[in-house]
Amino acid sequence: MGKTIAEKILSQHSGRDLVAGDIAVVDVDVVFAQDGTGPLAVSQLRKMNFSSVANPSKSIFFIDHAAPSPRKELSDSHKVLRSFASESGAILSDINGGVCHQVVAEHYACPGNIVIGADSHTCTAGALGAFATGMGSTDIAVGFALSKTWLMVPHTIKVNFEGIINKGVYAKDLIIYLIKKITADGATYRAIEFSGSLSNGLEMEERLTISNMAVEAGAKAGIFATDAKTADYLKKQQRGDCFREIFADNDAVYEQVINIDCRTIEPMISKPHTVDNAVSVGKIGEVKIDQVLIGTCTNGRLSDLRIAAGILKNKKIAKNLRLIIVPASADVYLDAIKEGLIEIFIKSGATITNPGCGPCVGVHQGALAEGEVCLSTQNRNFKGRMGNPGGFIYLSSPATAAWSAVKGYISDPREALK
Amino acid sequence: MNDNLIDKSFVKNPGNSDGILNGRAFKFGDNISTDLIAPGRYFHLRSNLPELAKHVLEDADPQFAEKVKMGDIVVAGKNFGLGSSREHAPTIMKLAGVGAVLADSFARIFFRNSINIGLPVLVCDTSSIDQGDSLKIDLKSGIIKNISKNTEIKFNPLPDVMIKILSDGGLVEHITKNKGFNL
Ligand code: SF4
Repeated sequence: MGKTIAEKILSQHSGRDLVAGDIAVVDVDVVFAQDGTGPLAVSQLRKMNFSSVANPSKSIFFIDHAAPSPRKELSDSHKVLRSFASESGAILSDINGGVCHQVVAEHYACPGNIVIGADSHTCTAGALGAFATGMGSTDIAVGFALSKTWLMVPHTIKVNFEGIINKGVYAKDLIIYLIKKITADGATYRAIEFSGSLSNGLEMEERLTISNMAVEAGAKAGIFATDAKTADYLKKQQRGDCFREIFADNDAVYEQVINIDCRTIEPMISKPHTVDNAVSVGKIGEVKIDQVLIGTCTNGRLSDLRIAAGILKNKKIAKNLRLIIVPASADVYLDAIKEGLIEIFIKSGATITNPGCGPCVGVHQGALAEGEVCLSTQNRNFKGRMGNPGGFIYLSSPATAAWSAVKGYISDPREALK
Repeated sequence: MNDNLIDKSFVKNPGNSDGILNGRAFKFGDNISTDLIAPGRYFHLRSNLPELAKHVLEDADPQFAEKVKMGDIVVAGKNFGLGSSREHAPTIMKLAGVGAVLADSFARIFFRNSINIGLPVLVCDTSSIDQGDSLKIDLKSGIIKNISKNTEIKFNPLPDVMIKILSDGGLVEHITKNKGFNL
């Protein structure tokens, strides 16, 4: 019987022939935690009497969620990570590096790897043909200590994006459309394999956006097969030698196959307070906005910033509106400066912050006031997410976010692209 | 971090000795996210879990932390614990005294985290349970008695690996005792 990508990768890492439903202890290739989850992982490591990690060159602590630290308690947490990293030999990606998932994609994850991270959006690296999944601090502490974890082999849902993508519609719209269709728990405990003629043509940065949000449907992993685009991306990152072909067998068994004709998909908006509460932009009505965020591990990559800059060039953002732009990583930031994108943003009235999570998780750099509305390119809009349960978060693509920042209310980006 | 407090609370889990949990039901709806359980605006309290526990479930029920008593049971609809991987969410529920969580379904990471830290999370049909109902859970037989309504509900058994981790007292204890995985 043929195997899905998840079954193949997990089998290779356990030395056993695994099928969906099996439970196994597997070797892991990349393990990481961030400043919100890392300190608890360190404390669990100490409880188990570990002061080193099993695979230092692929064990990473990121300081990205509250970077630079906005208050003393968090400064103490950062100190814990810095000193444990130096004691254990693990890598520290400090406040200058960027969001963990972007940096893992750029520098660490390889096709066929198992990647585990103490952050739910670890599934992002699935875009590179890795089995990447989020866990809590204790599981990750064990991952650091032993380079092993236990997993149930998930059943797989195959999602075929077919047809063409309309002008003004982006990877973000496709994944919001899918989550609306299958709901916020439609893929719980499952892996999703993204396939179909359209998916195969997507650029790596678009794939990363889609894999990033697999967890918003509850999925354990969101995986793309590898191809020439994967190889090119790795080559550009000076990591061409880690390319491997990863694909499912023709006779792999899927729990479900979902075919989506993308010609019918329009720019999508998730309304407060769940991601699956989504409509096409034409049905949103008049929603006035106070803040726009373009960035995060979902949409803070160079191609996202290019799209936003294309719309914002020679324009000003609306009066009484804040536009916050957060490059996902140091590399993205530098490229955006070189291409002149940052200059366009500043001239439009935007505020640029350092690479990292920015205001996404409500710690700093843009918490909402009572009753305020934010349109964001991030991946989730739960009540309280941006620091205030009295705020309202809508989600969209960078194009919709940029054009809406100009208009002052949620607007259809196709108006700007005419 | 106040490790002693966490440890004590784990040992004190009211169900550990005989596998029986008694408590009042606190009812919540569907899709209770980890942002509602452990809000991001208290990010700086993650290194002070007893303090963070004073805000547990605050954005779903602002008075919950004041009302909850040792052993009380959180009862919810589908997809409980969706969102972030923050293990602080189940940890502060446990610290606040929550004896178990019953839900129609759980988000994957929350479920796994709860077992790792020794908080029983049970999948069952919660539709007949109301706020304030008095519940008795028998972890061994898999039966929940609703004493207020004089009815019984069955819950789905946990996977064997999770029972092993739970009965060792959590994942840290499992790894320490076995010098690695023994699942
Ligand atoms: S950018 Fe937002 S979603 Fe991504 S890792 Fe940071 S806080 Fe999480």
